[in-house]
Amino acid sequence: MSGSLIGGYVLPNKPHPLLAPEQNAGWAELREAMEECGREIARSDADLLLIFSTRWTSIIGHQFQADPEPDWWEVDDDFHEYGTLRYKLRMDAPFAERWCAAARARGLHTRTVAYRGFPIDVGTVAALKLLNPDNRIPAGVVSCNMYSDRAETIVLGKATRDAVEQSGRKAIAVAVTSFSNRMFTEWIDPADDRIHSPKDDEWNRKFLELLGEGRLEDVSQLAREFTRQANGDSKMKALWWLAATMGQHNDYAGSVRAYAPIWGTGAAVVGLVPAPGRAGNLEYDEDDTDHYRGEREVLAQQPS
Amino acid sequence: MTGPGRIVTGVLAPHPPHLVYAANPPQNEPRSSRAGAWKGLLEGYEKLRARLTAREFDVVVVHTPHWKTTVGHHFLGIPRCKGLSVDPIFPNLFRFQFDLPVDVELGEAICAEAAAGGLVTKMMRNPDFRLDYGTITSNYLSLGHFETPIVAISSNRVYFDYSNEAGDREMLALGAATRRAIEKLGKRALLLATCSLSHRHFTQEPADPEDPAFEHPYNANQTRWDDHILSLMRNGETRRIVDEMPDFIEGCVSETRDGALTWMIGAMGFPTIPAIVHGYGTVIGTGNAIVEWDLS
Ligand SMILES: [Fe+2]
Repeated sequence: MSGSLIGGYVLPNKPHPLLAPEQNAGWAELREAMEECGREIARSDADLLLIFSTRWTSIIGHQFQADPEPDWWEVDDDFHEYGTLRYKLRMDAPFAERWCAAARARGLHTRTVAYRGFPIDVGTVAALKLLNPDNRIPAGVVSCNMYSDRAETIVLGKATRDAVEQSGRKAIAVAVTSFSNRMFTEWIDPADDRIHSPKDDEWNRKFLELLGEGRLEDVSQLAREFTRQANGDSKMKALWWLAATMGQHNDYAGSVRAYAPIWGTGAAVVGLVPAPGRAGNLEYDEDDTDHYRGEREVLAQQPS
Repeated sequence: MTGPGRIVTGVLAPHPPHLVYAANPPQNEPRSSRAGAWKGLLEGYEKLRARLTAREFDVVVVHTPHWKTTVGHHFLGIPRCKGLSVDPIFPNLFRFQFDLPVDVELGEAICAEAAAGGLVTKMMRNPDFRLDYGTITSNYLSLGHFETPIVAISSNRVYFDYSNEAGDREMLALGAATRRAIEKLGKRALLLATCSLSHRHFTQEPADPEDPAFEHPYNANQTRWDDHILSLMRNGETRRIVDEMPDFIEGCVSETRDGALTWMIGAMGFPTIPAIVHGYGTVIGTGNAIVEWDLS
């Protein structure tokens, strides 16, 4: 039986909604929206959560978390005062192996990691704690390569889809990312948090409008422009991955559940469910890559 | 503590976990193949250790790229750091049991000086905080032990959030604050600027990461830049290094963009003595040099 992607979410990558919701109404709204997504997932027949987090960066290709029960803690580099994120998560180790192999089959350099004390990133921990608090559904997490660009990330998304289809599972893909990613560089009163600039806010709202219409592939195609204009998080690789994983089209029912600043950055909770025939008039400008061909040994821009 | 406080030595001390892995210390769980890559760097660190052993330090002050903070400069504010450090990038090479004393008094003093100088600062007091692997690795490779208390300073993202020029200005101010605090408290300090020079990595790794046949510079551009910067160091031209830092960072995605080298040059007051280059070599394509400024 062929597996499928039954839905997708975009979630914030900072720990504030989990650790300090009482300090800002927007952080609390984000948390409430993530918990609501968790209840929605619990009502669905999903049996696998797959996460791409911009907070887990890698250099050597892509890494897949394969420790079946990571049991450790993490402290945020900036926001250590907000406390310690203790976690005990449930990963689907056999699926991680399958996912890793599917990515290798498309030319990507890959490996699984399963080490006691491996620091699971704060974005993944916050997402899983709020979406899947009792670890009912096993998860998979893949790293964000700091040198990868669109082509490599699209290939990773296609490999994710391959692995799900081969496995017969019903998976939900979760992109853990900020939108505009300009943080305040000073200590602010959390109650005064706001999007860093009106321009960042406008670009976030435009992106969220498209996502609300289910136009995920349009958002993926516009990611480079968004990054230029609004300092997108990690080139918006998480949305490239999500769009490729979910099949590269615009036919989704999208809903924006929350949008709020986290320390100046744009954070949102978005849900996407496949809904054939919903959107048309696609305009695809970017190349569509199927295989990764490896290192080029030239320099481009700074990694992100 | 004896004598007036001062910076005794400053070292550019790169932190690839590969070098600790290759040394096979008991604290590190993975065992190396001893296939021989990174020999020049390991020998460079040996030469450095032999020289540092002859000097007395009250404290090691490390500026590290692997504690990245956007909201100001952070300082370790817990008396001891102990635990297991698994490198999220190279977990196959570095799973290290660490236990280090911290000089909280000096950390607080640098923090206060920096704040008085207009920088945004923060003391880190969460006892669960995991010390970054850059601090652990550079300290271990430079001294061979963890007996000397440390001050760890985070890498503020100012270069990334604003510009290379803004970053340099801020790091020079942080360096000056570091120096003032060391002098006020009468500490004999070893400074470690822990970073690579050229910093483009290969994104693939051979089956044996220590295979010397694989290790080479990412490309010729990277080597040319590193050679140029090393020649400036040997000639005592630290002012010119800082002048050219924004170009160096852009030209070869240097890890100096995390601020450590500019911070240390600022703290040392732009020394004009020739620096001693103990070793240079690549690690997964990045250029790394072990360089000592002997101010004693
Ligand atoms: Fe580094």
